[in-house]
Amino acid sequence: MEKNCYAIELKGITKHFGPVLANDSIDLGLQRGEILALLGENGSGKTTLMNMLSGIYLPDAGEILADGHPISIRSPKDAFAHGIGMIHQHYKLVNVFTAAENIVLGMEQEKKLDIKQTNARVREICQRYGFEIDPEKKVYDMSVSEKQTLEIVKVLYRGAEILILDEPTAVLTPQETDRLFAVLRNMRSDNKAIVIITHKLNEVMAISDKVAVLRKGKYIGTIPTAETNPQALTDMMVGRAVSLNIDRPWNDQQTERLLVRDLSCYDHEHVKKLDGVSFTAMGGEILGVAGIAGSGQKELLEAIAGLCPIAGGSILYKSPAGGQEELVGMSPMQIRKKGISLAFIPEDRLGMGLVGSMGMTGNMMLRSWRKGSGPFVKRKEPKALANKVLQDLEVVTPGIEFPVRKLSGGNVQKVLVGREIASSPSVLMTAYAVRGLDINTSYTIYNLMTEQKMKGAAVIFVGEDLDVLLELCDRILVLCGGKLSGIVDARRATKEEIGLLMTSVGGKEEA
Amino acid sequence: MEEAIKSPLLRLEKRGSNSLKPVYVWMIRLGSILFALLLGSIAILLAGSDPIEAYGTMLKGAVGTAEFRQQTVKKAVPLLGCALAIAPCFKMRFWNIGAEGQITAGALAATFVVRLLASKFEGNTPSLPLLLMMALAAMLLGGLWALIPGFFKARWNTNETLFTLMMNYIIIGVVAWLQAGPWEARQGRIAQFPRLAWLPKVEGVHCGWIIVLVLVFLVHIYMRHSKQGYEIAVIGDSLRTAQYAGMHVGRIMMRTMFLSGAISGLVGFMLCSGATNTLSKDIAGGVGFTSITVAWLSQLNAFAMVAISLLLGVLTKGADTLQTVMNVPAAISDIIIGLLLFCMLGCEFFINYRLILRKKPGKGGTVK
Repeated sequence: MEKNCYAIELKGITKHFGPVLANDSIDLGLQRGEILALLGENGSGKTTLMNMLSGIYLPDAGEILADGHPISIRSPKDAFAHGIGMIHQHYKLVNVFTAAENIVLGMEQEKKLDIKQTNARVREICQRYGFEIDPEKKVYDMSVSEKQTLEIVKVLYRGAEILILDEPTAVLTPQETDRLFAVLRNMRSDNKAIVIITHKLNEVMAISDKVAVLRKGKYIGTIPTAETNPQALTDMMVGRAVSLNIDRPWNDQQTERLLVRDLSCYDHEHVKKLDGVSFTAMGGEILGVAGIAGSGQKELLEAIAGLCPIAGGSILYKSPAGGQEELVGMSPMQIRKKGISLAFIPEDRLGMGLVGSMGMTGNMMLRSWRKGSGPFVKRKEPKALANKVLQDLEVVTPGIEFPVRKLSGGNVQKVLVGREIASSPSVLMTAYAVRGLDINTSYTIYNLMTEQKMKGAAVIFVGEDLDVLLELCDRILVLCGGKLSGIVDARRATKEEIGLLMTSVGGKEEA
Repeated sequence: MEEAIKSPLLRLEKRGSNSLKPVYVWMIRLGSILFALLLGSIAILLAGSDPIEAYGTMLKGAVGTAEFRQQTVKKAVPLLGCALAIAPCFKMRFWNIGAEGQITAGALAATFVVRLLASKFEGNTPSLPLLLMMALAAMLLGGLWALIPGFFKARWNTNETLFTLMMNYIIIGVVAWLQAGPWEARQGRIAQFPRLAWLPKVEGVHCGWIIVLVLVFLVHIYMRHSKQGYEIAVIGDSLRTAQYAGMHVGRIMMRTMFLSGAISGLVGFMLCSGATNTLSKDIAGGVGFTSITVAWLSQLNAFAMVAISLLLGVLTKGADTLQTVMNVPAAISDIIIGLLLFCMLGCEFFINYRLILRKKPGKGGTVK
C-alpha cells in the first residue's frame, strides 16, 4: 500500500437536513495506525459526518474513497463490507441476550450458529487488545463501561479495520477512560484506523495523533496533536478567542438551606435508587453532584422536588427568612403553596421541564397558570416574562409563540433556565444543565448559576464533566450506587479522587 | 463505479421550521379532495355509470332542495357534536374511541327519563322541563360511562383504547337487551317517545344544531383560554411535565373524560329525542367512530370541525341519493367516502414532508 493512500478519504461531503446544512463540503483523510480526533461543538456536524461513513445517512454530494477507490455506502451492511464499524453514543444492544449473542446478532451465518466457537473468538479478540469481557454475561448485568466494551468487540468481531467512536468517554469514570484509551492504543499498534468524536479537549490531547476540527458544519482543518494546545483548539472550534476560565467567587454569607438526612427512594420497579443519603446544602454555595450515570442523581433531585416517592428519611428546608418546613410527603403543588421557591431544571428539558408544542409564553405559564381567580388563564404576565427572558438570555426564536420544541438545544435550555431563575429561587437544582450546549451557552449557564449563588440561593448542580464540576462548584457530593460516597472541597480535590469515589463508596477499591 | 455512487431515486425530508405557507397547505388539502374524486370516478366508471353525472346527482341530493339540505344538516349535527366531545381527550392524548358507547349511554338515560316521567306531564307539545331533565340525565350517564375507563387509566394506567372500545359493546348490548326484553313495545322495538319529549324543530331541523353551534364556541374557549384547557394541553404534550408543574394528572384525566362523555351523552339525547324519537341499539350508528375522523381532519380545531362535519354530511347524504336515483350500488358510495378520507388524511404527509427526486448533477428537483 502506498504511503500517501488513506484508509478512508472523504472528498467534498455535503449533507442537508431540510434547510439546515449539516455538513458543508468536508474533506477528511484517515490513515491506518492512527487515532484521529474529530473535534467540534455540539451541532457542528461530527456525528452526521460519521453516520455517512457507517451507512446511516447518504451524502447529498461528495465522494468516499477507500484505499484510493471510490465506494458507495448505502447501508450499515455496506459499511461493514468495507471494514467500517461505528460505536454509537447510545448503545445498540439487546438486554436479554448474552455478550456473544449480541455480537453475532444480525450477522449472516453459513451454517448453524456455533456459540462455543463464537465465545472462543470473542475471548481471543479480548486477549489481543486487552478487553475484559465475559462472552456469556447477559447485557442487563453489565455496567455502562462493559456495554461499551461489548460494542467495540462487536465491530472488531465483524472484522472492522476502521473504528469510529462517538463520544465514548461521556459516560465513563476517569479510570474507565484510561482503560479505554489503553485499548485504543493497542488497536492503533495493530494498524487499525480509529476516529474518536469528542468535544473534550483534554481527551483530544491525551489520545489522538491528529485533530480535525469542524465548526457549524464546515471543515476548519486538521493538525497534528503534538503541535497544538487546548486554547488554540477551542479558538478553532468556536471561531474566535474564548476564555476557558470559570469565575468562582466566594460567598461568605452562607446559611444552611436544605438538611437532607437518611434519604432513601425506590424507582417504579421497586429498585432502591437512593440509599440513606445525608448532606446539607448551603445557601450561597454551588454544591456539585458527581457520579456515574444512574447512581441516584435524578432521584435525589426529584425527591427534593416532590416528584419521587420517598421511602424514608427527611428533607428539612430552612427558609432564608427563618422558619423551616419538612419537604418529605409534600407534592410539588404543596411545596409551592408553602411559598418555598424551589427551582428545578431537569435533565429531560422538553420531556419534563417544558411543553414542546407551546411557545415561550405557554411555557412561562407552567409556573403561574393557576394564578388569579376565575376559570381562565392570564397571559399578560407570562408574556411579559417571556419577553424578558428573550432579551436577558438572548434566546434566538422567530417569536415568543413559536413552539419551543423547534428551537435549538441551547435556546431550549435558555427558556427553561430563564423561567426557573425568574422565580428568584432559594434552592436551584439543575441536572446536566449544559449537556448538548455549545461553549458559549454553557458559559452563560455557569455564570447564571454563580449569579444565583451570590444572591444566596442554594445551587445543586448535577454534572458529568468533572473538569467543570471542579472549576464551578464550592463542594462536590459524590454518589455511588445510590449511596453517598463522599463530599469533597472542589477547590482542593483532584479528578482522580472523585473518580475513585464514583466507583466505590468512601473511595476504597473493591477487592 | 459511476453507478455505485447513485443515491436513491426518491427521498423524504421532513419540513422543519420553514413549513409551507398556509396558502399552499390549503391548496394541497383541496387538491387531495379533487384527487379523491378523480379516483372515485374510476370506481363509478367500473360500476357502469357516468362519473360527472354521478357527482352531480350527489351534490344535488345533498344540497339541491331545502329538504335535502335539512337532511344533510341532520347528518352533520351529531358528527360535529361528537367531534367536539372527543377533542379534549385527543388533545390530552387519551384515545377515547368509546364515543359510540357514550352516545348510546346518553340516549339510554334520556329514554329512561321519558319512560319514567313523561306520564307526569300533560299536553302534546315539547315540554322544556322534561327535555332538560332528559338532557341532564343523558350527560350524566354518558359522563359516567366515560369516567370508568378514565378512572382505571388514572389509577392503574390501563389501556384506554381497548377499554373505551369494549365499553361500547357493553352498553350497546344493554340497549339490545332492553329493546328485545323489558322495554319492548312491538317487534323488538321500543315505543316512540310521546311528542312532549321531541326536540322542537327550528328551520326544519331539530334544534340540536343550535346546541352544537353554541358548543363549538364553548369548546373553543375551554380549550384555548381556560386553566383546565391549559392543563389538558400540557398533559397531552408530556405527562412528566404536567407532574413537574404540580398538576394532578389522574384527576384531570378523569375530569376530562367525564366532560367528553357528557357531551357525547348530549349528542345521544339529541339523536333519540330529535332524530329518531326512540331508542334502539343502533342509535349511534357509527357517529362515535366517524367523528374521530372529523376531529382528526380538523386537527382538533373547533371551527374546522364545522366545515368537516358538513362535508361528511354532504357526502353521506349525497351517497344515499346516488344509490336511489342512479341505482349505483351502495358500496360505491362507501368507496368514494373512504377514498376521500384516505386522501384527506394522506395529504397531511405532503404537508409535513418533502419528496426529493434524485438530483441530476448541479440541479435539484423537488415536487410538492
